Amino acid sequence: MGAFLPEAPNPVADVTRIEIATRAGFADSRGLSVARAIREHLGVAVGAVRTRDVYHVEPALPPADAARVAAEFAGPVVRQGAVGRVEDGPFDVAVSVGYRPGVTDPVGKSARVAIEDLLGRKLGDHGAVYASRIYLLSGVTREQAAAIATRLLANEVIERVGVQTFGEWQASAPDLTVPRVAEHAPRPTATVPLAGLDDAALARLSREKLLALSVEEMKAVRDFFARAAEEPRRRAAGLGAAPTDAELECLAQTWSEHCKHKIFNADVTYREAGKEPEEIRSIFKQYIRGTTSAVDAAIVAREGKSWLVSVFHDNAGVIAATDAYHLVFKVETHNSPSALDPYGGAITGIVGVNRDPFGTGLGADLLSNVWGYCFGPPAWKGELPPGLLHPRRIREGVHHGVIDGGNQSGIPYGRGWELFDERYLGKPLVYCGTVGRMPAVSAGRPTHVKLARPGDRIVMVGGRIGKDGIHGATFSSAELTEESPVQAVQIGDPITQKMMFDFLLEAREQGLYSAITDNGAGGLSSSVGEMAKQPGGACLDLTGAPLKYQGLAPWEILVSEAQERMTLAVPPSSLPALLALAKLREVEATDLGAFTDDGHLEVRFRGQVVALLPLDFLHEGDPTLRIEAEWTPRPAAPAAPLAAPATPAEGAAQLAAFLARDNLRSSELVCRTYDHEVKALTVVKPWVGVHRDVPSDASVFLVAHDASPAGYAVSEAVFPGYSDQDAHAMAQAGVDLAVRRVIAAGARTDRIAALDNYCWPDPLPGPSNPDARLKAAQLVRASRGLQEICLAYGVPLISGKDSMKNDAVVGGKRISIPPTLLASTIALVRDVRRAVTLEPSGPGLVLLAVGESREELGATEWAAARGLAGGEVPRCRPAELWPGYRKVGEAIAAGLVAAAHAVGRGGLAPALFLMARAGGLGLAADLSAAPAAPGTGWEGLCYGETPGRFLLACRPGELDRLRGALAGVPHGVLGSFDAGGVLRLRLGGRTLLEAPVDDLTRAWKREGGAA
Amino acid sequence: MKPVRVLVPVGFGFNCEEETSAAFRMVGAEVDQVHLTDLFAGRAPLPIPGYQVLAFVGGFSYGDHVASGFVAATRVRAHLQAELSSFLANGGRVLGICNGFQVLVRLGLLPGPEAGPHDFVPRAALANNDRLGYRDAWVRLGADERSACAWTRGLSTLEVPARHGEGKFVVESDAALARLEERRQVAFRYLDPAGQPTEAWPHNPNGSARGVAGVTDATGRILGLMPHPDAFLYPWHHPDYARRKKEIEAQEPGGLAIFRAGVTGI
Repeated sequence: MGAFLPEAPNPVADVTRIEIATRAGFADSRGLSVARAIREHLGVAVGAVRTRDVYHVEPALPPADAARVAAEFAGPVVRQGAVGRVEDGPFDVAVSVGYRPGVTDPVGKSARVAIEDLLGRKLGDHGAVYASRIYLLSGVTREQAAAIATRLLANEVIERVGVQTFGEWQASAPDLTVPRVAEHAPRPTATVPLAGLDDAALARLSREKLLALSVEEMKAVRDFFARAAEEPRRRAAGLGAAPTDAELECLAQTWSEHCKHKIFNADVTYREAGKEPEEIRSIFKQYIRGTTSAVDAAIVAREGKSWLVSVFHDNAGVIAATDAYHLVFKVETHNSPSALDPYGGAITGIVGVNRDPFGTGLGADLLSNVWGYCFGPPAWKGELPPGLLHPRRIREGVHHGVIDGGNQSGIPYGRGWELFDERYLGKPLVYCGTVGRMPAVSAGRPTHVKLARPGDRIVMVGGRIGKDGIHGATFSSAELTEESPVQAVQIGDPITQKMMFDFLLEAREQGLYSAITDNGAGGLSSSVGEMAKQPGGACLDLTGAPLKYQGLAPWEILVSEAQERMTLAVPPSSLPALLALAKLREVEATDLGAFTDDGHLEVRFRGQVVALLPLDFLHEGDPTLRIEAEWTPRPAAPAAPLAAPATPAEGAAQLAAFLARDNLRSSELVCRTYDHEVKALTVVKPWVGVHRDVPSDASVFLVAHDASPAGYAVSEAVFPGYSDQDAHAMAQAGVDLAVRRVIAAGARTDRIAALDNYCWPDPLPGPSNPDARLKAAQLVRASRGLQEICLAYGVPLISGKDSMKNDAVVGGKRISIPPTLLASTIALVRDVRRAVTLEPSGPGLVLLAVGESREELGATEWAAARGLAGGEVPRCRPAELWPGYRKVGEAIAAGLVAAAHAVGRGGLAPALFLMARAGGLGLAADLSAAPAAPGTGWEGLCYGETPGRFLLACRPGELDRLRGALAGVPHGVLGSFDAGGVLRLRLGGRTLLEAPVDDLTRAWKREGGAA
Repeated sequence: MKPVRVLVPVGFGFNCEEETSAAFRMVGAEVDQVHLTDLFAGRAPLPIPGYQVLAFVGGFSYGDHVASGFVAATRVRAHLQAELSSFLANGGRVLGICNGFQVLVRLGLLPGPEAGPHDFVPRAALANNDRLGYRDAWVRLGADERSACAWTRGLSTLEVPARHGEGKFVVESDAALARLEERRQVAFRYLDPAGQPTEAWPHNPNGSARGVAGVTDATGRILGLMPHPDAFLYPWHHPDYARRKKEIEAQEPGGLAIFRAGVTGI
């Protein structure tokens, strides 16, 4: 891997090195954990592993100060510190791991704060603290240690590795090199002549400069500048016919697929055999915004006013929750960066999506996070193309990143899930989302409205700008290759962001700014370019922009995606107060110019105009994309039926093996490493039941500590496998289950909103993408399915995102993900005390199956387990189902339901197991009582994934009332829970399976050697 | 009676100020949330000794970088030590929850000297959990009913969530721990299902010797604990609420009980 940034020569090290180690006699739990991972994952019989933390402080500290810092960093009892090295005995090989120059080092930053307060003085403008770690390995050779370093301990995309044998270590002086970035004068702005370039030359330029613009777009840019050359304002600014690098980069960011959603806004021709071709003018406008407009109109017709407060035009969707508060919800993906640096990509994913609700309206307090990951199989033993990380490593890094990002920000997670499929080997999907809460009114203003005016100052708040994340937006708009740029990786720093948020909430309550947005993809070019629409222009001066190190060209400052930054519009009269508060709170805030109304985005640097772009060209100048979509229905081959289990024991073994599958097994242990109840608003937790180890259908939270019992429920569902038959079924199954889950938790059926997150393989044709038309057709079919079900359920889409380039081309081989639409739901709960879970409260409760089962096994988890190719994909019938859902919701609201569960992945048998486990009870159920379509066999009943089904438990005395409430909805009484601890499923006279719930649990948790 | 005045410092990555403030308000106290930079600048509504209770809340101050609570404690010591000394000399009570407990240990306020005024000398550490990593799960705590701790008066056992990765209370020697136990400074212990103090995961999430979960100082006015009383304020916080509503509603939530004890008798 090449150098991240040029490293400064370090001839005379003016550096103090401090080492912190665990004292003898105390457990080095990090070392123990690393040793276990080396043995388990790499199969190397390593001996003891000791770890040390190293801090390089520059400039060097006087000896007495250095000794004091070492002693304070170590603290009493457990650890020891030394200046230079801690000498505590031999080892075989030392592996040191530190960041490459320019990579965010939050630990070093905090350590510096501590040292400065400890010594009562600042380290100065050129001072810095760099954190790194050392692993002292015993029982390995130098070569083994080098392999352990690159395969487990370090990610060379962002980290430097040093390997020394004990002999080499002893013979050398302590390492004093630091990853300081070589600073130099900023590179001047250059122009990029486009006049006369033909298609091939334009395509080459776009590729070489990582612009990710198509030839059509490059032509539009070329032609625009040819026209603009003679404009007086451009000439007066000293700009000519050739765009500056800053202009070109700004356009590339703004027009990137990531920011502009060109595919979603394209003109699509959809062809299907035997039908007239259909022209779609923007999938987004027709199927997404169109759906929400129709639902919104229906709400207004029914209730007189809408509970949709702000949808689609801001960073996140906003709905009304209580008189005092609105709720804000956004889900994002951070796939490409997580493939390269799982930890950094994922932590940036979660702290990045935090900034969306925070950048909505005037800003929202953050209440809860959600996450979901699609990975290759964690135990993958097959071929792995070069350049791709093993899915186990991606998985561990992603979890670690989102755990750190969420926990350190003090935001509980509400929902988390994982799904495994070989086709995510090339690109993992990392969904991260955040629910926020905004007061309906703050500082006398409606909080959901931004109002940037001409004359307002442009103020950037938060972290400093470096080369991190340059080209992130354009990179994520391209497929992954071996040469994917390492600059595209950012590392989020939750603590810097938390301190910024704390400051901004104070500023919001004091009314110190009039608009806010986040600096994410495209950096300042996007945030200021976007905010400039409202006042009608902006003059951005980059001269004073705070930099991590010198040497950035103006275009780099403009498009850097360095994290933890928000952009504000600040009325001039509030500017002094805002800057003073920022200084007091130790948060950086910098005035970078003013919003204008002259119709241009003007960017200046040191007195020079480096970009001058009319807003209408910047935002509307990109040519509309044309996409060809072609769908050939794929009739499913009939599924070859499997004989019913010969004995109840065989049926039990079958279910046990099924529950142990990657996509069904319990993930409670890893989930508990995410905080789920900080803020003390969590009521129904992600893990429920007697043993608190069964996933809840939806998590339920209070809105605020204000004595009101009002709450909200969040859930989600995703069924990418169904796309193999029809993305229409895939989309509907996800929305249906996400909706059913919040209903099962006791949410209001008339206050459910959804988010759509599309992750797609590239639907644009290209040399290595022969089935682009099919992928485009799947996009249309999924969107139609989404629209139909949302209209039938009256569920508005309040926000969403699309990620369209989820392919990896490595070594000439293309790995495309299955089209994946994540549906997330947020719904209001009138009184959290009446929320329902799937846990039956005791023996005797009667269990009802609601909703019809069909022989739908195609593309299900059961089909994957059986290796079954055919079978009908589960299909939703939204218009038929919805009246039943309302009745279920009413029955729950009336208190008739003691426990409720929405049947999902894996079908009824796993669902029945989960309810029994949650109650710590046994269950005898006769599946012949479950409503079923003709022709539904034992497989369809036990393991089919037909949408639309609930399991409801009630007290025997309330059965008649519940059945009455469900009149007209297909349902049947399956049996009742008992104290026996055995799950027994019958089909009429035949016992399909019988197993102690504890045995099934062991398989599900893969304990005691099971499965 | 005038309400007890509580100071809750905020900022720097502490993040449990809302629920901790809600808890104190629920037991009748008046709470000021004050940013630490305002305290450093002398801009709080009252000088620190003007408050009766000081609560360091949970969170991830400075990301727990270097060591949990270390950077925040270093800053508090550098800027506020004199004010804290007079606050303590006035008889002020202190609560430290999770990251706040880590800060109190780093400041040397817990376990503190056996006699005399607080000398701000650290004598203990909160080390990594034996099972490395963060864990959020409810635990059962047993209060030392013979402790002089103001915050546990009248309490016996209660349930609250533990949510930490560095919570293993460690002192220099077994003898030093035995001494703390003798002096009734181990205010809370993790209990197993049989109600006995435990060192075993998962009932003790960090493996602390003798099941130590919370510690008080020699005066009994300072309490630090790893688990979160601020997360069990309403009956419906309890993980069994869906199944055992009536039983759970019949008792004061265990977390709230600690806050009530802490503001009683001031």
